[in-house]
Amino acid sequence: MIAGADAARTRGLRRFIDNERWLGRLLLAPAVIYIVALVGFPFLLAIYYSLSDATVGSRTLHFVGLRNYGQIMDNPTFWESLRNAIVFTLVSQVLVVVLAKILALALNRNFRGKWLVRFLILLPSVAPISLGVIGWLWIFDPVYSIINWGLRAIGVFGPNTWPIWLGQPNLAMASVIMVDVWRLLPLATVIILAGLSSIPQDIHDAAAVDGVGFWRHLFRITIPLVMPIMLVALLFGVVFTFTDMIVIFVLTRGGPYDTTQVLASYAFFTGIQGGNLADGAAISLFLFPVLVGVAALFLTMARRAEVT
Amino acid sequence: MATVETRAVTKSFDGSNAVDAVDLLVKEGEFLVFLGPSGSGKTTLLRMIAGLEAPTSGDILIGDKVVTQMPPRARNIAMVFQSYALYPHMSVFKNIAFPLDAQGMHRDETRKKVEWAAGLFGIQRLLQRKPRQLSGGERQRVALARAVVREPVVFLLDEPLSNLDAKLRTSARDELQQFQRRLGTTTIYVTHDQVEAMGLGDRIAVLNNGRIHQLGTPQEVYDDPADIFVATFIGAPPMNLVESEGIVTGFRPEHFLPHEIYHGDQDVTRFPFKVTRVEYLGSDRLVYGILEQPFPAAHVISRLPSNVSVAVRKDEHHEFVVRNRDLRYFDRASGKRATPPSRTTPP
Repeated sequence: MIAGADAARTRGLRRFIDNERWLGRLLLAPAVIYIVALVGFPFLLAIYYSLSDATVGSRTLHFVGLRNYGQIMDNPTFWESLRNAIVFTLVSQVLVVVLAKILALALNRNFRGKWLVRFLILLPSVAPISLGVIGWLWIFDPVYSIINWGLRAIGVFGPNTWPIWLGQPNLAMASVIMVDVWRLLPLATVIILAGLSSIPQDIHDAAAVDGVGFWRHLFRITIPLVMPIMLVALLFGVVFTFTDMIVIFVLTRGGPYDTTQVLASYAFFTGIQGGNLADGAAISLFLFPVLVGVAALFLTMARRAEVT
Repeated sequence: MATVETRAVTKSFDGSNAVDAVDLLVKEGEFLVFLGPSGSGKTTLLRMIAGLEAPTSGDILIGDKVVTQMPPRARNIAMVFQSYALYPHMSVFKNIAFPLDAQGMHRDETRKKVEWAAGLFGIQRLLQRKPRQLSGGERQRVALARAVVREPVVFLLDEPLSNLDAKLRTSARDELQQFQRRLGTTTIYVTHDQVEAMGLGDRIAVLNNGRIHQLGTPQEVYDDPADIFVATFIGAPPMNLVESEGIVTGFRPEHFLPHEIYHGDQDVTRFPFKVTRVEYLGSDRLVYGILEQPFPAAHVISRLPSNVSVAVRKDEHHEFVVRNRDLRYFDRASGKRATPPSRTTPP
């Protein structure tokens, strides 16, 4: 009796599993639920908040139209944050792409100790970002900065030179850019390395026989051929940097005088710490059309540069 | 146009020699073929001549100048790769113009040269296309045009026809030879296909295990193989080998014929022979069988052209003969050619 019931259940299960229609839905479900619950719902909620007068302290909210957007447009800190976010993203991504390209070219060769170099370069990507950035906080510390002590010890800094890395406006921006480059370099390097190793050796040999030197080879053959994949790396980098606030939050909290305030951190300070959920949502939503535009642009360029 | 010479060129990979002390002189304007099975070192030797690999020892000379330490671009050579290695992001025009750009040639001059090279291979109408929009045969022509365009002193071709289908390969072979004759440029051609080698080469270098086993005209290599490797590598089916008393006797399948074919006055050796299988191939019949007393029981093959009408069936015993001048002798121990044994041939 029991064995028969078991067999029937097994048969029913098998029929269900073999049914492609239901199996397909079942296998897709986790991803769909995840995206709806953790991306779609908060996104819609943010749009709703940005059109309301929601605050942390109140359980009621009223629809106010585009008033919040008008308000943040009138706020000079918002414009400074936008400008900073653009500088932060552009400068760090230019550095990341150039350095990642150089690193990838170097790692594409064989040399002694390559594994060690590769290990050291990939290390930042396995450490939790916030822990890594706290390490940098100490490196930039006004009293203990290993950079200052180190450079003084070897005589580069005289007795009166003692930069406060995170306390002087230009240095602060340079410092957060440096940390962001350190953080994104491994990913970009790995992506470009994959692109480089997908170029057939014959192409390089043909270029060598055709008589090109290093630079022409690099700019006429290697870079155009890794361009599509480099644009993907750049897209990741731009999105990560533009939406990131961990580096800023841990190192400078947007200071000094908002000189390192970016949209993401400004939205956080306004909406969560300042309690003005509506304005915070409006600020963070400002990122959305910009990033959609960037993504569309890069994907189009990547498709156009695609060669095979 | 130039000579190419290698002097005791050796290339070791992980302790074993992929190319082993090769001495070779390619004459001016010659079409030389490197023929060998895969792993014979023929491509490595070609890549060393191109400068894409550095020899472990030995010297390479192009036009009497030692180029061993020079990069490929200083050697004034052109190479066509098995994959063609066209630059996928450039148009056909830019692909062909690329070697000229590298020389810093003026734009008008470049255009003229590219059009000349494209004209040689009939690809003028493809100049604006990208490589991915071309067929295999068209890609091969573009690769050749790119090689020709800057008029190098040596062409190096690495199995350029192996990616084409059989029919196209025949016509491409013909064109390749014609254009080489017209330009008269020294050419080294690597292949594992003996038909290509025989058809194209002025001379063939037969390679195995990093050594040149024989260097000679197609006829010399076929008719007078220097050793057992060459005898069995060239010819399809390969040369029949019969071993006795330390001497290996070899004869080609097409020379191994029923005794009825020959008149009594010819100097022949008789081989009693039991037929095990007959393959009818249209223009030929291939007859497989085993030799009988007084010979050791060796498996041999005969190729009968269709105009030989002697009936040969499975399981029959026949007497096949080979003219004595078609017999070749090899020393079993060294594999090298040996003088004919002084024993009297069976009647």
